Amino acid sequence: MPSNFWLIAQREYLTRVKKRSFLIMTLLVPLIVAAFGFFIVKIATSDNDTQEVVQVLDTSGQNLGARLVSTKQMLFKPVQGTLETVKKDYLKSEDDGLLYLPAGLSLEAPKGVQLYAKGNVSIRKQQAVENALDKLFSEDKMRASGLSQEKLDALKTNIDVDSINLDESGKEKNSNALATSGIAYALALLIYLFIFMYGVQIMRGVGEEKSSRIMEVMLSSVKPFEMMMGKIVGIAAVGLTQFLLWGILSVGATSVVTAVFADKLAATAKTETAANPGGTERAAKVMGGAEVASADNAAATSADPAAAVSERFSVFKALRGLPLGMIAVGFVIYFLGGYLLYGALFGAIGAAVDDQTDTQQFMFPITMPLILSYIIGVSVILRNPDGPVAFWMSMIPFTSPIAMVIRLPFGVPVWQLALSIVLLIAGFIFTVWIAARIYRVGVLMYGKKITYGELSKWLFYKG
Amino acid sequence: MQPALEALNVRKTYGEHVALNDVSLEIPDRSIYGLLGPNGAGKTSLIRIITQITGADAGEIRIRGEKLAPKHIGEIGYLPEERGLYKKMKVGEQLLYLARLKGLSRTDATQRIKAWVQRFDLTPWVEKNVEDLSKGMQQKVQFIATVLHEPSIIILDEPFSGFDPINANLIKDEILALRDKGATIILATHRMESVEEMCDNIALINRSRKVLDGPVSTVKDAFRTQTYSVEGKGRLMVMHPDFEVLEHNERENGHFHDIIRLHAGTTPNDLLRYLIGNVEVHAFRELIPSINEIFIRRVKETMPETLLEEAV
Repeated sequence: MPSNFWLIAQREYLTRVKKRSFLIMTLLVPLIVAAFGFFIVKIATSDNDTQEVVQVLDTSGQNLGARLVSTKQMLFKPVQGTLETVKKDYLKSEDDGLLYLPAGLSLEAPKGVQLYAKGNVSIRKQQAVENALDKLFSEDKMRASGLSQEKLDALKTNIDVDSINLDESGKEKNSNALATSGIAYALALLIYLFIFMYGVQIMRGVGEEKSSRIMEVMLSSVKPFEMMMGKIVGIAAVGLTQFLLWGILSVGATSVVTAVFADKLAATAKTETAANPGGTERAAKVMGGAEVASADNAAATSADPAAAVSERFSVFKALRGLPLGMIAVGFVIYFLGGYLLYGALFGAIGAAVDDQTDTQQFMFPITMPLILSYIIGVSVILRNPDGPVAFWMSMIPFTSPIAMVIRLPFGVPVWQLALSIVLLIAGFIFTVWIAARIYRVGVLMYGKKITYGELSKWLFYKG
Repeated sequence: MQPALEALNVRKTYGEHVALNDVSLEIPDRSIYGLLGPNGAGKTSLIRIITQITGADAGEIRIRGEKLAPKHIGEIGYLPEERGLYKKMKVGEQLLYLARLKGLSRTDATQRIKAWVQRFDLTPWVEKNVEDLSKGMQQKVQFIATVLHEPSIIILDEPFSGFDPINANLIKDEILALRDKGATIILATHRMESVEEMCDNIALINRSRKVLDGPVSTVKDAFRTQTYSVEGKGRLMVMHPDFEVLEHNERENGHFHDIIRLHAGTTPNDLLRYLIGNVEVHAFRELIPSINEIFIRRVKETMPETLLEEAV
């Protein structure tokens, strides 16, 4: 009766989806993801957001204060007057600090510099000020040692250009590898979490049915195999629903967050452009953060900062050049195959034991390959996706669901993929067969101490 | 008439353990059949074979002459001794689910659930979770689930356990009504008084073998011991060649209550004639063994002493 299978799957699905905990989880996780995203964006933009203003009282007579270079983190604002009056004015102002360069400050003895602030001076602020002064002093020292202004400028430019080049080329290359690894990691994590979360649900569901003694009633209407598969498929549907809702809600929530911040970023970029044309390129780079940054983007920033920002935050650029079709198809196959393979075993454990606390000893050998493939996957395979470890782990059905999806974004030879999928299918047919045999006997077995020896006997019981 | 269910030389083993050894039964149509036996005798194994939860190693089950097949699942209703329902499911949903698994359509099932729930005064509880119901009410729900799809063969394992006397009576009446409507009922129970009251036929299974079966009256006849209870007034001679007084109780004012067994060849009328000639007879009744006594006797006969102690 295939209709019974659907009835069972339907019940498993509906009773879980209707639970309040399902609703709570469905809403909570995207909120957490959004909050996480918010923090990342916040951290990425915090440098741009706050430009501290430091007043500079220069009594050194060497025109040091006026030559201090403002950055987007720190703006140096020269003030005039005696230290006493300036201090008073500073306290009334909204500025973040007051830098005092005393008379007699010289290159040989750079002492007596003081930084006043309301409250404690942060290390960051102090370092920024020190860096600015260091730069100024070393320039002066170089000039004093006989370098001409032209040479100095040339030297400075060279240093800047070098750093930009290094930045640009390095990032270009890195970002692609980063995106590939990121996708591999994310896919592996998804499969790992899914198998674990919903595999345990299968086990618990079977355990509940067993302890509530509904099994005998059920089995007088349906076959144990239908019951087991109905449960596995029903719970898979619950998981897919939940993941789908999480995906939609997370994308929704984070795009709201980034949209809000993209405006802010664009605004910062605009003011930056207006105030300090030379700094545009640097500002754009910072905004890009770990995302892709390239020369055309920097150019785009000057033209339309808002568009450039949204471009930087979109993932599509990172996906360019990846074997997307293979990844998508492969992911679905390994996702479902891995879940079926492990889900059946989890179901068998639930059926074999009376008491949920007894599940531990049987959980271990099942969770072991899963955990191992994840740990080895994100360390060894991610670093060397074509190595022997990666190859063998992506062939063994117990580890292939995670090992292979990690390899997929890097590109996998078709014959390896085909062989791995065939082995996976054979693997889950095998575990489902074993699980069905254990399940069939186990669900009606109460009060017996279950050992591996006992379980292996069950495999050969007749109908 | 063709029997509703036949078991032919059924054998079932679990590893080393023999649960059923060459058991054959014939359950007549439209009757109540008592399946008796001490714990662990093999009753549940037999029931699980009939309900197709497990299969027999040898022999076969026939339903109205046909070999047992998956299509018979809808014709059988089973109330296991270990009751169980989904605790977090609403009563109505639960009944609907179980009925649909037996092949009922949603509309049919809904109608029947309504009628049954009303009959058992459960209407206010339909939207409640099973775990919120008292044990007695849960048992009623389970009973409804067993008969909702109108099976022609209903297997009830200890149907009265967990019921108070009033509800036990209600269930008893429902069982009799189902029989009268044409269902065949297999009653597995330890409550011998309900066996005697309700069953048309019985079978006794002990240590994986059937040790006795037949119509209740025939079984009882076979276990008649020619023993009579006599109450009266006067002096009864204790020694007599035709009968033996097993028990003699004297009451005040010359009243007595004796248990007398006839020797072979003596009829009750011979005894009565003797009694009338000697004493004043107030009551004269044959002591027919109860099914309970037959059960205990037969189990003892077929079980070695050591095992009996274990079973008790």
